[in-house]
Amino acid sequence: MAFEGLAERLQGTIQKIKGKGKVSEQDVKDMMREVRRALIEADVNLKVVKEFVARVSERAVGADVMKSLTPGQQVIKIVQEELQALMGGEQSPIKFNTKPPTVIMMVGLQGAGKTTTTGKLANVLRKKYNRKPLLVAADIYRPAAIQQLETLGKQLSLPVFSLGNEVSPVDIARQAIEHAKEEHLDVVIIDTAGRLHIDEALMQELKDIRGIKEPDEVFLVVDSMTGQDAVNVAQSFNDAIGITGVVLTKLDGDTRGGAALSIRAVTEKPIKFVGMGEKMDALEPFHPERMASRILGMGDVLSLIEKAQAEVDMDKAKELEEKFMTQTFTFDDFIEQLQAVKKMGPLDEILKMIPGASKIKGLDNAKVDEKQMAHIEAIIYSMTPAEKTNPEIITASRKKRIAKGSGTSIQEINRLLKQFEDMKKMMKQMTSMATGKGKKKMKLPGLDSLFK
Amino acid sequence: MSFFKRLKAKLTGNAAEEEKVEQPLLEEVEGNEEDKSDAVTPVALQEEPSFPVKEAKDIEEVAVTLPIEDTTVLEVVEHTQQEHAQDDVEEHEEPQEEKEEKKPSAWSITQKFKAGLAKTRDSFTSKVNDLVARYRKVDEDFFEELEDLLLQADVGIETVDELMDKLRFEVKRKNIKDTNGIQTVIAEKLVEIYERGEEDLIELNLQPKGELTVILFVGVNGVGKTTTIGKLARRLQQEGRSVMLAAGDTFRAGAIDQLQVWGDRVGAEVVKQSEGSDPAAVMFDAIHAAKKRGVDVLICDTAGRLQNKVNLMNELEKVKRVISREIPDAPHEVLLALDATTGQNALVQAKIFKEATDVSGIVLTKLDGTAKGGIVLAIRQQLNIPVKFVGLGEQMDDLQPFDAERYVYGLFAEGLEKELEDADEE
Repeated sequence: MAFEGLAERLQGTIQKIKGKGKVSEQDVKDMMREVRRALIEADVNLKVVKEFVARVSERAVGADVMKSLTPGQQVIKIVQEELQALMGGEQSPIKFNTKPPTVIMMVGLQGAGKTTTTGKLANVLRKKYNRKPLLVAADIYRPAAIQQLETLGKQLSLPVFSLGNEVSPVDIARQAIEHAKEEHLDVVIIDTAGRLHIDEALMQELKDIRGIKEPDEVFLVVDSMTGQDAVNVAQSFNDAIGITGVVLTKLDGDTRGGAALSIRAVTEKPIKFVGMGEKMDALEPFHPERMASRILGMGDVLSLIEKAQAEVDMDKAKELEEKFMTQTFTFDDFIEQLQAVKKMGPLDEILKMIPGASKIKGLDNAKVDEKQMAHIEAIIYSMTPAEKTNPEIITASRKKRIAKGSGTSIQEINRLLKQFEDMKKMMKQMTSMATGKGKKKMKLPGLDSLFK
Repeated sequence: MSFFKRLKAKLTGNAAEEEKVEQPLLEEVEGNEEDKSDAVTPVALQEEPSFPVKEAKDIEEVAVTLPIEDTTVLEVVEHTQQEHAQDDVEEHEEPQEEKEEKKPSAWSITQKFKAGLAKTRDSFTSKVNDLVARYRKVDEDFFEELEDLLLQADVGIETVDELMDKLRFEVKRKNIKDTNGIQTVIAEKLVEIYERGEEDLIELNLQPKGELTVILFVGVNGVGKTTTIGKLARRLQQEGRSVMLAAGDTFRAGAIDQLQVWGDRVGAEVVKQSEGSDPAAVMFDAIHAAKKRGVDVLICDTAGRLQNKVNLMNELEKVKRVISREIPDAPHEVLLALDATTGQNALVQAKIFKEATDVSGIVLTKLDGTAKGGIVLAIRQQLNIPVKFVGLGEQMDDLQPFDAERYVYGLFAEGLEKELEDADEE
């Protein structure tokens, strides 16, 4: 079910090319076909995909790839470069009005996450930009939308302007701006109602709000899970009211987020923020290179390398490698590994960053529960040094003791022991693979259930 | 054409049934108009686009009561009329719609469905028609173009591949050379992939009267769970069942209030606790309250959650467990709300929510936009979860039962109608 990333997709084609010595135009075509499929599965709009693939093929045929010894990697490189270029360069900060208040309008379809994003944005403005935002409840249609914003305002201790759901949103916006001036609040964020881009009456309402005072920013809030329709939505909103930027929400999910590319391609407006969770501080600046990798399902190699370099001691790594080879990997090493990995950040985040992680059996649905990790640690810490180096000696009575000591159950200990055995076996496989033999699929048995 | 006839019959409703509904009105029809209608032939009707609207309506009603010898022709008459009335004068159509609304027939639902899908249909079907016009022959180019159309409907590459394979095979087998007739084959194959020989996929598993039915709603954030619950409550009430709502979204700001507003609107009691309380505890209370009051159906809201949040999915499992502990075979339905604008991630959503809560059906929301929600075909195909309802707007009555044939019909309506006309003229 997990969609294959581009790298995996290209494997097949590359296997065919291998040994041929020369890459033909047809081979490039085949690879482009895989690029196309990968992008479509990532929800990039088909038209955007076509233009994109045309551009990439041109570059690919233009020598680079065909002469290269590693055509697959060349293709991936070109794709990633182009993708990144299309996503836009550096991030653009928010444009503030020299004469306060700055007016920001939040628009989008129903359920995209406008109200939540409004709260988060206000929080960012206050924390990072040292502004005094006013939240304006202009969604008079959805039941309890106003309460929702008011609750958020209370949580954040920020003022919320509302006039109930009897007053027109245009009037609410007008009075809110006046109110902000009186109270010396320098940013007004207007949370408008979700609406279909084809609903002319409601689109007119947005134009009217826009007409009160030219907003400094109009943010289109888009669900990152949106499919092919993202193009229509972005185009319509942009045509009707002229958006200045995009906020991509729910990116903490596991969607590839191809919509980002579609929207960027049709509107040429920058993606300014991404929503990464339900908490009020989960709004982050947009990183084009990360998004490009994510869409291609290639993992965020750069960030991972950065993190790993910061945390991993090279000598220790060598030592560990030695242990892998000689099969003397013990629970002590295991826990050391766990600690090192933990330092790099939340485990599931890291897993996501590993290229091809989605492909490795067992890892694709490895859901990491940090609590579970604490249990594993507790179990290992409850073992005697002898047990750690030589788990075979752990008998039933020893298990009982370990369970008591770690506050876990015997079943959990059995599971850990079994998985540790499996892991050792797997390492044996990997080392034999590294020594040249076998196209065997990488498999990490038990890794998926290890942290459950 | 047999498939098409069956489809048509189903969509327009049983002719005899329609007749009964129209009967009282027909008595008011004046004699001279009856005369006129007797002489009416399908061809004549089609040639009268400037028909005065009132007459057109009357005649259409009469047409239904004509001695039924050739049902197909009659349906065409009725159909053509309806189309005329609809296309030419929309305002005049409305009173009739309302009239039909009182006793919703298969026909009126189709109309509603079509209206909701009109946007979808406009773009999609006009594209299919463009396609047919442009290609005289069914060749690789044609298939490629068709593939693009389906991909743009979010159907997903695997399902599209399968469909294209089937179509290619079918075209070869039947030796179809030109594009006339291909639309029927497309629709047929889509329905086939969806239904897989099963029928009655949309029935809710409701307990006999006097026993409590529990329906649990799950889904990611912002797909329209709470709104759908409001609409479903309304629907069940109209079927004569008493409904209670459980405010299980204790996380999102304002969610409880939102459900309360819906409860007030439809007149259903809402069981709730304060924000931040344990949703499982809310369910426990709600089940006991529902039992005590002798309510027929309890609909449980839950907080939206992304499927990759392990803790939140565990919480959802717990909610379900608590419900099952109180009533052994409950929840009787677990409905996954799915936003029609969602792309391929919907498949992952369906898979993981199914693992956690054993989802029994899908409600496809926001189908009144331009998104097609084609991913439901893939979900059905790969995970065997049927769509039970579709949300076609924000009004209380904008929830309709899903019907694969109607869904496909909505996508292909114009093309199919044209084919029928052609077949009729022959």
